[in-house]
Amino acid sequence: MKDLLGLLTATYGPSGNEDPIRELIENEIKDYVDELSTDALGNLIAVKKGNGTGKKVMIAAHMDQIGLIVTGIDDKGFLRFSNIGGVSVLNIINRRVKFKDGTCGVVSYESEIDDIKKLTLQKMYIDIGAKNKEEAAERVEIGDVAVYDAPMFASGDRLSACAMDNRVGCVVAIEALKRVKESDHDLYFVFTVQEELGLRGARTSAYGIMPDIGIALDVTLTGDTPNARRMAIKLGQGPAIKVKDSSVISHPMVKNLMIKRAKEANIPYQLEVLEAGGTDSGAIHLTASGVPSGVISVPCRYVHSGQEMIDLRDMMQATDLLVAILNKDL
Amino acid sequence: MKEFLSKLIEEPGVSGYEEKASQYVAELFSAYCDEVNTDPFYNVYGIKRGSGQESAPRVMVAAHMDEIGLMVKDIDDMGFLRFTSMGGVDQRILLTQEVTVHGKEDLKGIVAALPPHLLSAEEAGKAIKMKDLVIDLGLPADRVRELVEVGDLIRFNSPLVSMQGSFVNGKSIDDRAGVIMQVALMKELDKLKYQAEVCCAATVQEEVGTRGAIIGTYRLEPDIGIAIDVTHGDTPDAPKDFTHDMNKGIVIAMGPNMHPGLTQRLKDTAKEYGIAYQEEVVPGMTGTDARSMQISRAGVPTVLVQIPLRYMHTTVETLNMDHIKEGARLIALFIASLKEGWQEWLTY
Amino acid sequence: MVDLLKELTEAAGVSGNENEVRDIILRLAQPLSDKTYVDRMGNVIAVKKGTGSGKKLMVAAHMDEVGFIISGIGDNGMLKFRPVGGIDQRVLVSKRVLIGPDRIPGVIGVKAIHLQEPQERNTVIKQRQMYIDIGASSKEEASRLVKLGDYAIFDSSFLIFGQDKVKAKALDDRVGCSIILELLKDRYDFDLYACFTVQEEVGLRGAGVAAYHIEPDMGLVIEGTTAADIPDVPDHLKTTKLGKGPAISFMDYSSVANKDLFKQMVRTAEENKIPYQLKENVSGGNDAGRIQQSRAGVPTIAISVPCRYIHSPSCVMDLNDYKNTLLLAQKFLKGCEVR
Repeated sequence: MKDLLGLLTATYGPSGNEDPIRELIENEIKDYVDELSTDALGNLIAVKKGNGTGKKVMIAAHMDQIGLIVTGIDDKGFLRFSNIGGVSVLNIINRRVKFKDGTCGVVSYESEIDDIKKLTLQKMYIDIGAKNKEEAAERVEIGDVAVYDAPMFASGDRLSACAMDNRVGCVVAIEALKRVKESDHDLYFVFTVQEELGLRGARTSAYGIMPDIGIALDVTLTGDTPNARRMAIKLGQGPAIKVKDSSVISHPMVKNLMIKRAKEANIPYQLEVLEAGGTDSGAIHLTASGVPSGVISVPCRYVHSGQEMIDLRDMMQATDLLVAILNKDL
Repeated sequence: MKEFLSKLIEEPGVSGYEEKASQYVAELFSAYCDEVNTDPFYNVYGIKRGSGQESAPRVMVAAHMDEIGLMVKDIDDMGFLRFTSMGGVDQRILLTQEVTVHGKEDLKGIVAALPPHLLSAEEAGKAIKMKDLVIDLGLPADRVRELVEVGDLIRFNSPLVSMQGSFVNGKSIDDRAGVIMQVALMKELDKLKYQAEVCCAATVQEEVGTRGAIIGTYRLEPDIGIAIDVTHGDTPDAPKDFTHDMNKGIVIAMGPNMHPGLTQRLKDTAKEYGIAYQEEVVPGMTGTDARSMQISRAGVPTVLVQIPLRYMHTTVETLNMDHIKEGARLIALFIASLKEGWQEWLTY
Repeated sequence: MVDLLKELTEAAGVSGNENEVRDIILRLAQPLSDKTYVDRMGNVIAVKKGTGSGKKLMVAAHMDEVGFIISGIGDNGMLKFRPVGGIDQRVLVSKRVLIGPDRIPGVIGVKAIHLQEPQERNTVIKQRQMYIDIGASSKEEASRLVKLGDYAIFDSSFLIFGQDKVKAKALDDRVGCSIILELLKDRYDFDLYACFTVQEEVGLRGAGVAAYHIEPDMGLVIEGTTAADIPDVPDHLKTTKLGKGPAISFMDYSSVANKDLFKQMVRTAEENKIPYQLKENVSGGNDAGRIQQSRAGVPTIAISVPCRYIHSPSCVMDLNDYKNTLLLAQKFLKGCEVR
């Protein structure tokens, strides 16, 4: 699982440009599913049929990542950009970023700014080392998107890389998909697009699927770093079962079932009350006449930065929990 | 009606956890309805079938039954609870409120913060932030840990109190008063001849984004939507433009979110029967279920009836009970006026 | 074509009260279409049956414009009002408005500079402090002419000036409406659902409803978009420029353009030698967001006519951009295979 995570976090796939990551996941799972398709928005939908007695379950993990989209190239060859998803100034200053074709650049800002609090993305740029506009235009076009370039490193069980949000969820989905063998349910594993832009892929794919139950897999924040914003989630204490965030209040029935399965299988878990942020279940649960939904989260530090840190055990236990849920009654 | 309201506001129904409230509402509705259903999200639908045939309209009347509240987000070493809000709680009202924490058992608690004599002058002048407040259960830490976990709900203790005249105050009157208006509407309808199929939906999760109305309207597929909610009553400190008289009748909303023809018809009905009403102009979408009802599926022409309410989102929400009865009568008469050719009223 | 644009931009159509525009569009679209109807939200849909596939292409422009709604009538006969849609409050002072179906003239007033404290002259006048003066002397007099909930528009006439420039209110998005009326003159392989939407300016509320019942296979939105090619705006924030042709969007806050359609649009422009520009900024949102997110998802793209001073009484565009946007849309639809 660790290697797969390393591969996934290093693969390009910002919101709206998910082709490379989709192809990788497709190859990884195609031998394990009954049906595989890509819908109008680019969601990858993998179906494992049940025995006809179970429910229709949508398991969603978004495969997109945040990024920087080029909006202009100036005469000297510097690139101006806007954000794809939740990009904060502090996280990108002097970071290395890369484009789809491997072109690398450094993000910096207009140096006359003396107060970093006043810095906005409009006063920042990407330097790809081009000497002038023409040279830059040969390598990058307006509308191209750069992502953090930060390969994974391990320190014991702790793993750090860009795009843990949400390649961790993708790995959990992929592993569960491979391991679930005896489920009664029709399982729709959906690797969604454009979550970082407002849960867009989940919204349309859920409508297309019309599931009975929705389970999203994503990362969540932690409160275990020095003077952190208070939150009862720690790295290494097990996967988090979401109670609420700003997009969804997990359906009590789904949440309680998750807790029950975790207890039965002796899987450690934490309860998550996330005060800001949302995930795919926010869109899924409001689909059509409503889809009871919950979320399994992997705790993650420094979310939306170039180095997002998780604990390998949390990810593995999240998979165990998902498999335990899908193998039994819903 | 006051008795119903008094009981209803005691039923737990913080957004996302409306099961208990929904049971009480379903029971309340069942005495006056042909059919009562509850969906998996605890929206309750009380259905009354009029005398009309297939061609009669289906009218959805929505009022939300969820209430704002708090949720445990962390338990500290001393056994004090940290919490977050469910819905838009005014953090300035919280200090020293009495609350119930719904743990393994119901526990009484007090919202607390650093006492004033330990504050600097500068701090004392600032509003206290929710993140700096705690709940004191008066229990040892290990006992708290046994009984409470992250995600448990917290509700305010503030039962209904009768004031002068028809005024009452209490918590969660936003929008439980609307649900009581639905009951009054059902009784009014029994006095009238009407053709429509009337579905009173007591909706969930309005306070966190009209979520119950989104799925409930999709489910019902109504021809016409009527939302009942509260709006601001007049107080000396609020601008007159944005508040309404507590004695001059319910408030009919106007603006893009409301269907102009139906809204006019609602006003005409009020005039015809001598029912007092006030008007409110909302320039964009409203903060009510009407917001989501209007754009459900292929569109639902929607109107919005509001009850003036003072001190919204506090534990002492104050309202004039007369408005519940008058509003119910107006909506019933409006529904009864939808006869053959009702489609004409939905045009632009 | 200029006459059409004049008629459309001078009509009143504040979000939620698009009646005048709707009537004009119905009148003009009926003879060009196989079927026209108004849906339950107030959107106008004109259907032009195709010659082949039976696939549905929804082309959308919004009828509504930003404006005002009357929210109070004071004892002195002055009207309180609130903006409908996003209006820069700095624009409002000393503008003429027309209120309600009878177009009662009024001005947005504020006390004269002589009566202001020195520090007031440098602060923004807040919208809530403003009022509309219709010359009425009492509440009774004003109430005879204006009702609560009446909508008001900027008083601004269509003007051609400078070199091929047009000034009008509501170019966003009557240019789109006008272009779609032209597109209805042709017949295509697919069924064309020309959709004139309501309430875009108050949260893209009409388009989602229309897309739900049309169930299109593809969406094309035609908009008026921000051009900030004026002094003191850094190059990278100009967004679009007048006279450089239609703006093709790769992304805004409501949607990311469908990749295939984006490439196809650029190719269409290049093959037909139509000048075009990319919308070089990520800002705003439009009906494309709702169409793309309808039901199980719809491939969607937006093209726009650049307009300066958008959401004001004096929007400015270049007639050549308008013509080229129409041309690009025509060529795109002719060459378009809807799947």
